[in-house]
Amino acid sequence: MSEKIALSIEDLTVSFDGFKAVDKLSLYVEKNELRVIIGPNGAGKTTVLDLICGKTRATSGTINFNGAELTRYPEHKIVQLGVGRKFQTPSIYENLTVLENLEISYPEGRGVFGSLTFKRTEQVTQRILEVAETIFLTEFLNTQSGLLSHGQKQWLEIGMLLIQDPELLMLDEPVAGMSVSEREKTADLLNKICQGRSVIVIEHDMEFVKRIAHKVTVLHQGKLLAEGNMESVQNNPKVIEVYLGH
Amino acid sequence: MNALLNRALGERNGAIGLAVLAVIILLIMPLALDIFRLNLVGKYLTYAFAAVGLVMVWGYGGILSLGQGVFFGFGGYCMAMFLKLEASDLTSTAHQTTPGIPDFMDWNQVTQLPMIWQPFHSFAFTVFAIIAVPLLISYVISAAMFKRRVGGVYFSIITQAIAAILTILVVGQQGLTGGINGITDLKTLNGWNINTDSAKYLLYFINGALLLGVIMVCNLVLSSKLGRLLLALRDKEDRVRFSGYDVANFKIFTFCMGAVISAIGGAMFTLQVGFMSPSIIGIVPSIEMVIFAAIGGRMSLVGAVYGTLIVNYGKTAFSESFPSLWLLFMGAMFIGVVMVFPNGLAGLYQSHLNDRVTRLLNRIKKVKSSDQLKVVKAES
Repeated sequence: MSEKIALSIEDLTVSFDGFKAVDKLSLYVEKNELRVIIGPNGAGKTTVLDLICGKTRATSGTINFNGAELTRYPEHKIVQLGVGRKFQTPSIYENLTVLENLEISYPEGRGVFGSLTFKRTEQVTQRILEVAETIFLTEFLNTQSGLLSHGQKQWLEIGMLLIQDPELLMLDEPVAGMSVSEREKTADLLNKICQGRSVIVIEHDMEFVKRIAHKVTVLHQGKLLAEGNMESVQNNPKVIEVYLGH
Repeated sequence: MNALLNRALGERNGAIGLAVLAVIILLIMPLALDIFRLNLVGKYLTYAFAAVGLVMVWGYGGILSLGQGVFFGFGGYCMAMFLKLEASDLTSTAHQTTPGIPDFMDWNQVTQLPMIWQPFHSFAFTVFAIIAVPLLISYVISAAMFKRRVGGVYFSIITQAIAAILTILVVGQQGLTGGINGITDLKTLNGWNINTDSAKYLLYFINGALLLGVIMVCNLVLSSKLGRLLLALRDKEDRVRFSGYDVANFKIFTFCMGAVISAIGGAMFTLQVGFMSPSIIGIVPSIEMVIFAAIGGRMSLVGAVYGTLIVNYGKTAFSESFPSLWLLFMGAMFIGVVMVFPNGLAGLYQSHLNDRVTRLLNRIKKVKSSDQLKVVKAES
């Protein structure tokens, strides 16, 4: 196994009452890599992310991340090990401002008493401003986040992950509901933020996938159907049959 | 230091609300009411502790506890045990079969002071126990539930069951707890007679000051990152969990805090009313406490105090004239609040009066600053 591999999933299986949502899946993601997972509905894409971040527990198999066996850790520990996950629908705190959203996500004062004594130091503010600029929300820092547009909410959630500087970033349909120009900005954003970390993206929009993917994994019925660069996947007859053909 | 005080007072708007409440409790009430009525208000204000605790637990923590009476009771019983031991000295219990133990124990053929009563000879221990016992119990309950991710309605039902169980236990263990009558006939605190008018005045003020102090501590907690986390938790629990927080710990903290606040109220209840009984810790009083918080506004610490005062005033006034209708009336009030103004009186204030008050204050400020401007101009 090469040293560059950050995440290695082996023989991962999860079954819900006998239905195998993910079936003996093996997947390796390298550092600095942006991997896109595609596949028809019900292929198990989101479930894979759920398994990695601990939301769903695996029936069998291993998920190794930088030497740590993630299947043994509770969710918040997995986050602290450097795994960030964005949910499919923008999951932000609508009653709080953009600034407060980012501040809560800042990886400090995560215990009860730590959070009681947490102070917004210069360093924290600096980092919040930095991230806000990356996600194009500098002007909206004091806006209540529920008032943001759908696309901006998606960015904010990405920002909430970025502020934690995760080594593995998982994004579930980050451009869903975005306008064309927002999509372009997001593509640039993703290309920028995959430096120094690994990124896994689930996406349906093939144009968008083409712009960002280093490597594409196609899932079908919980199994790996194909893997490779965009071109080889697009020309793969099996992939065309189950997914791209229609 | 100044910033901390500012946070405790709840910034500008909060400080005004707190000041108004302080004036009402510490100035207007004592001036306007005779000692009998004032003592009654003092009793209501001890319930306000439970309501304030519920604002934290239910309003901000999103955990509906139907068992705050349990913690109120723990505080109250700890205090009552100390006072009862002091009232049961050898001379005043000389006629008993076993002198020197509380009278109800003697009636129940108990011949020796039970083990758990022993440490309550010490006032220092009693004060410690008033905080520590509810803290421990609430920690065990909430850790057992929240670590297993039991929440919502299930948690409410469990707290209610605990209130029922505890009442049955207290009533059943007559020799230990005084049973259905509770612990009565309390006289002195370290030799200081608590039944005199002057003692009642002093206790009323201590109670009022403690309540204001508790609100300030709550303000501190709510204005910290923990306060924002609680709001975030109610909104998107999963997002908080997947931002690296152990969500259960925050719920446990909030629940324990509410329990301790409630217990302080219970201890003050015993001191001011002069007895403690199971009728104050069961399901019905626990639900009443929720109604106080709901009517006052479950997101407003100050509102909860007003809610408590108003409902209890109504209870006294109405139950004197229509004793059988009162319960129905209170039920209707609760339903009305939930349906028509879910944020209670504080919510009504926010939506109807707050803007006007702010404008008024700004106008006063502007007048002042334009005065200053004139002075500056005149000088130049």
